[in-house]
Amino acid sequence: MVPDAEFASYYGRPILKRPRWKALDIAGYLALGGLAGASSLLAAGAHATARPALARTAKLGAAGAVSLSLAALVHDLGRPSRFLNMLRVVKPTSPMSLGSWLLAGYAPLTMAAAATDVTGRHRALGAAATASAAALGPAVATYTAVLIADTAVPTWHGGHRELPFVFAGSGASAAGGLALAAAPAGQTGPARRMAVLGAALELGAFHLMRRRLGLAAEPYGRGRPRALLRAAEVLTAGGAALAASTGRRGRAPAALAGTALVAGSAALRLAVFHAGVASAEDPKYTVVPQRERLAARARDGDGDGGS
Amino acid sequence: MTDDIARAAGHTDPPPRVGFFTDTSVCIGCKACEVACKEWNAVPEDGLELTGMSYDNTQGLGASTWRHVAFVEQRGPRGGAVPGAGDVDVFDAARALDTPAGNGELRWLMSSDVCKHCTRAGCLDVCPTGSLFRTEFGTVVVQEDICNGCGYCVTACPYGVIDQRPGDGRAWKCTLCYDRLGVGMEPACAKACPTDSIQFGPLDELRDRAADRVARLHAAGVGEARLYGEDPEDGVGGDGAFFLLLDEPEVYGLPPDPVVPTRDLPAMWRHAAAAAASLAALAAVSFAGRPR
Repeated sequence: MVPDAEFASYYGRPILKRPRWKALDIAGYLALGGLAGASSLLAAGAHATARPALARTAKLGAAGAVSLSLAALVHDLGRPSRFLNMLRVVKPTSPMSLGSWLLAGYAPLTMAAAATDVTGRHRALGAAATASAAALGPAVATYTAVLIADTAVPTWHGGHRELPFVFAGSGASAAGGLALAAAPAGQTGPARRMAVLGAALELGAFHLMRRRLGLAAEPYGRGRPRALLRAAEVLTAGGAALAASTGRRGRAPAALAGTALVAGSAALRLAVFHAGVASAEDPKYTVVPQRERLAARARDGDGDGGS
Repeated sequence: MTDDIARAAGHTDPPPRVGFFTDTSVCIGCKACEVACKEWNAVPEDGLELTGMSYDNTQGLGASTWRHVAFVEQRGPRGGAVPGAGDVDVFDAARALDTPAGNGELRWLMSSDVCKHCTRAGCLDVCPTGSLFRTEFGTVVVQEDICNGCGYCVTACPYGVIDQRPGDGRAWKCTLCYDRLGVGMEPACAKACPTDSIQFGPLDELRDRAADRVARLHAAGVGEARLYGEDPEDGVGGDGAFFLLLDEPEVYGLPPDPVVPTRDLPAMWRHAAAAAASLAALAAVSFAGRPR
């Protein structure tokens, strides 16, 4: 429970600028990146353990998701040619710059992996692409957490420790879910386990993040983020429980569980997105924690003349 | 040391770092700076609306407002802004003028806000295209032909300064009149300011001048005068544009203790690396289970 905050502001106007990103584009970009990255891991595992149908589903899933995520990014930029400016420089201080280079390497690998699998040609090349995509996959799934945490937006920045774990878990549950829904039941054992473990990591890390956020967690309990978060929790937990309990019995439960997991992952990203926007729009989330920080510093610095 | 940022950014033999010292105690709210900025930089109109919140209809800095004069209407010295002009009963206010303590007295705080040209600038750090750069004068400028409208700088500014222009999508903010500096002129806003509330010059000199001004105000009994953004040890490494305020920063719409988000970037990458490793381990465990 966060006490009501007393604070001054300039006619209640926000201090921070509202993120100008379009919700569907950028939350979609975050969700699809997680789905793609974790799918590449699933693809490599299935490839190595001779589960061809699971491998194909995961390879197609990774290639499709990363293509859609790039489309979402370009749509948010407004013009395709603007993406090229991303590749003018390499900037370690910019997660978006590093992410663009990461995707520029990763996306062709997923497409090569999927294309060689579908056509059945250049198998050695396909195996190498599958393994390389899997090596980059975890970074693709988690860098987006740094992308949004490296901002002044209180609810995003405040969660910078736990958010990568939330996104890693959410990516795993989505990738497991997609494979569960689309691959034949005989080969989906690893996908099911990945979905359940991912859901546990996602929900656990999110719970921890919310507890540690303090005042900045408040937007998660209100309005649209609250509804989206409820939906995400029900879909993810429900999907994972259904996946775990039904085992390999029947296509219908697997399809239902898989769909719920993918939807749950997407709903979580949307909840995170909207909660951040809400925290930027209310000056309270900027002023009150900073005031507390100043007060704590003044207490600690008592006696050395600091004011 | 912090003023060597131009050299750190690759400029050989840069001129001294310059900036603004905005002394709000002498601002009269004439908005000449807003107008001069718009005129000189050919910044488009961005909405002519009556907000009703105060006499300030510009509301805040934005893609097409690079100087913004805040009008803070207060009842009593430390009350914060009153919620809206409608809440003020002018007759009550007038009657209160007779009271010796002046508790109900109205006071105006006016302050011309601008991009802070931070020593550690969040917008500059996160820009993925190199569109934002550090000039030889130590200021931060956006190159509009390279900006790709990703909007990352907008979320990274702890002051809420830079913004995307609707219909254009690119990010815009104060350039500290980079074109004028190049030919030895002062920025348009400082030039137009009739009370010298906006002072332009080498940052070292401005800091001395500001310290002197605060001391004189304190001696004159204006105990609430304080500097904001002048400290090179603060969360953004000190501002290239700093202020003398007569109340808490948040009263003017400024964050009380801004921190550049990239300060935590190493920790973020470490956590992301740990999370990525967890994800890989999770995948490995998924395949290590019973084969089925």
